[in-house]
Amino acid sequence: MSQPASLTWLAGHEFRLGWRDWVSLMTAGGRTRARNATVALILFAVFMHVFAYWTVASYADANLASDTAALVGITGTLVLSWSLLLSQAMESVTRAFYSRSDLDLILTSPASARKVFAVRMGRIAAAAVAIAVLLAAPFINVLAMLGGSRWLAAYGVVAAMGAVATAAALALTIALFRIVGAKRTRLIAQVVAAVIGAAFVIGLQIAAIFSAGSISRFAALHSNWMLLHAPDTGSGFWWPARAMLGDYVALAGVVTFGFGLLCASITLFSRRFGEHAVRAAGVSAATVRQRRWSPGFRRRAPGRVLRHKEWALLQRDPWLISQTLMQVLYLIPPALLLWVTFGDRNGSYVVLIPVVVMAAGQLAGGLAWLSISGEDAPDLVATAPITSHRVLWAKVEAVIGMVAVIFAPIVAMLTLDAVFAGIVCALGILSAAAAATVIQLCFRVQARRSQFRRRQTSSRLATFAEAFSSIAWAATTALASAGTWAALGTAAIAFAILAGVWLISPSRA
Amino acid sequence: MNLQNHPVALALRGVSKRFDRLAVDALDLTVYGGEFYALVGPNGAGKTTTLRMVVGLLRPDTGSICIEGIDALSDPVAAKQITAWLSDEPMIYDKLTPYEYLEFVAGLWRIEPTAAEARARELIGWLGLEPHAHERCEGFSKGMRQKVALAGALVHDPKLIILDEPLTGLDAGTARQVKNVLRERVRAGGTVIMTTHILEVAERMADRIGVIAGGRLIAEGTLDDLRRQTGKTATSLEDTFLTLVAEQVAAA
Repeated sequence: MSQPASLTWLAGHEFRLGWRDWVSLMTAGGRTRARNATVALILFAVFMHVFAYWTVASYADANLASDTAALVGITGTLVLSWSLLLSQAMESVTRAFYSRSDLDLILTSPASARKVFAVRMGRIAAAAVAIAVLLAAPFINVLAMLGGSRWLAAYGVVAAMGAVATAAALALTIALFRIVGAKRTRLIAQVVAAVIGAAFVIGLQIAAIFSAGSISRFAALHSNWMLLHAPDTGSGFWWPARAMLGDYVALAGVVTFGFGLLCASITLFSRRFGEHAVRAAGVSAATVRQRRWSPGFRRRAPGRVLRHKEWALLQRDPWLISQTLMQVLYLIPPALLLWVTFGDRNGSYVVLIPVVVMAAGQLAGGLAWLSISGEDAPDLVATAPITSHRVLWAKVEAVIGMVAVIFAPIVAMLTLDAVFAGIVCALGILSAAAAATVIQLCFRVQARRSQFRRRQTSSRLATFAEAFSSIAWAATTALASAGTWAALGTAAIAFAILAGVWLISPSRA
Repeated sequence: MNLQNHPVALALRGVSKRFDRLAVDALDLTVYGGEFYALVGPNGAGKTTTLRMVVGLLRPDTGSICIEGIDALSDPVAAKQITAWLSDEPMIYDKLTPYEYLEFVAGLWRIEPTAAEARARELIGWLGLEPHAHERCEGFSKGMRQKVALAGALVHDPKLIILDEPLTGLDAGTARQVKNVLRERVRAGGTVIMTTHILEVAERMADRIGVIAGGRLIAEGTLDDLRRQTGKTATSLEDTFLTLVAEQVAAA
């Protein structure tokens, strides 16, 4: 047994807390839920392996003799995944800085704060590595089954990527603390994390649009320009890709670099982490004086009062804006594609419309959660002399109104170019947004708006239903814009998802 | 104060509520107009559940609730129009200013804007919130948040104000301000029902005190009435309360 307050003792404590958090997140404390969660995880793993087979099976034969095109493709995919890992790691690091849960206990105890924070950073890294490995596992397993055990080396690469992402996240967040101070770091770090998560995908899509006139991110990676300017196949730049393909020397180099960088970061930043955490704990909300909307109270019906409140709260919360309007970032490439191909009518709408509809569904889901579940004064609204139906309807109006305002320019531009495509897109946006809102109504809970980040874990069923519903509506609009009656089939699936949600919804019980 | 001549502000008859155990057990309670009524009881006695049923946040399993002659279960909107609720944890919107919050509440209660604004300014003044009236609530202390929530509860001029532990966590100055506002409210003819663990507050402020334990009203009346019920005179409310609760526990 390790000595109290030693590094291993602290690591054991952190591991226990992390494990219990994860278990309670998956099971919500119930034994039946634990069984259901296990079954759901197994089903999810099977589904992911089938999905992996469908997407990567054709790459299983790639080997070390592969050409630059293969190396570019693998490296691009790795960078894409890494940017998402970095985004997640930045979120975790920022949360760790601002979480006051046991900070007072730690800092008033005789234990070395540096040791405690080093262990905490290690926990963040372990979580990042675990998530990376878990998500990559189905793809690696399929590649190893079809292409040989050399693909198992990819596990090492993915683990190293998680380590590098955590090291980079630590460095970036500490740098933000030094540059913008404790007060602003929380918001900026979360916005930066969100942008990093989306930037690489969006950047590739924009490059693809200009180079190939397509929205596919892989078009840019396979373009002549990219192949011409890529380093020679013998370059160290390709080590991660080569390690993936089973080059064990490259693998050793990548793993050593990744974990070496992580250890160096933890050693370097553990002292500062404590200092910054103390400063973050001392940050109080800044006093913001609000300019008056109007000289006096205005006469408004209760429904309008509620809608106005929803819009004002969202508009005044940059963090929520960054989290909810992330979907809007994904609209930049389709909007650009629409701009570039305006007047061509070359069939690009079949690709463009579903992207827009998908984004609308996801955006509406986030806004609906904020409006319906994320009510900071639930007692006030519930004790007001308005029927609960009127309250819910006002909140639904607020969501649909916001979605309409955001997507109106794209629909207008589309309609100017092709009326039918514009109508299909508008109906798709409306359907996807309404469906996401209905799902949030069925799974409504009472939560604070600040818990927005946890909405996806608080109801996994709602999250999956929302995603599948958006996909179904996106597919419906893609088929409808192509002029095929098969759209009716996918629309039926979308309605079936809603019916299923209604049947299992807790609010119906 | 002869309360029997006053109209009934709140009447609960046979109200029960069960969660995983019986929280409120066939409770009968009458509060008269213009009365300051304190509901005291040990933790888990059913005080908050009772009040949450009165304001429409929970629906009772059985029984009836009548507010100022309005059946709160069959016509909740009319009952809510004349009722205000303030919980121990002030729930306000961080991104709104107190002024905007009061405008929002007045809008929900459909109060005429000119009258609502005058009332809001008056409340902001009473509660000493003027310097912060146009600052967002996100940086406010608990006391200030409680004051904003109290102003919200009063801006629509309710006949019945129901408060759950309104003084918990407040400093002496803020607590006094809140008590003064409530007293003023009662003087103006309003009815106040308040739960509290601070027995001294109940003793000093309330016209009548109800002692609730195990979901039932085990004693009710003025402090003297309660003392008589325990058979001990010249004891504090704390002693009286502990005796009553101990008797209830022994009887159960």
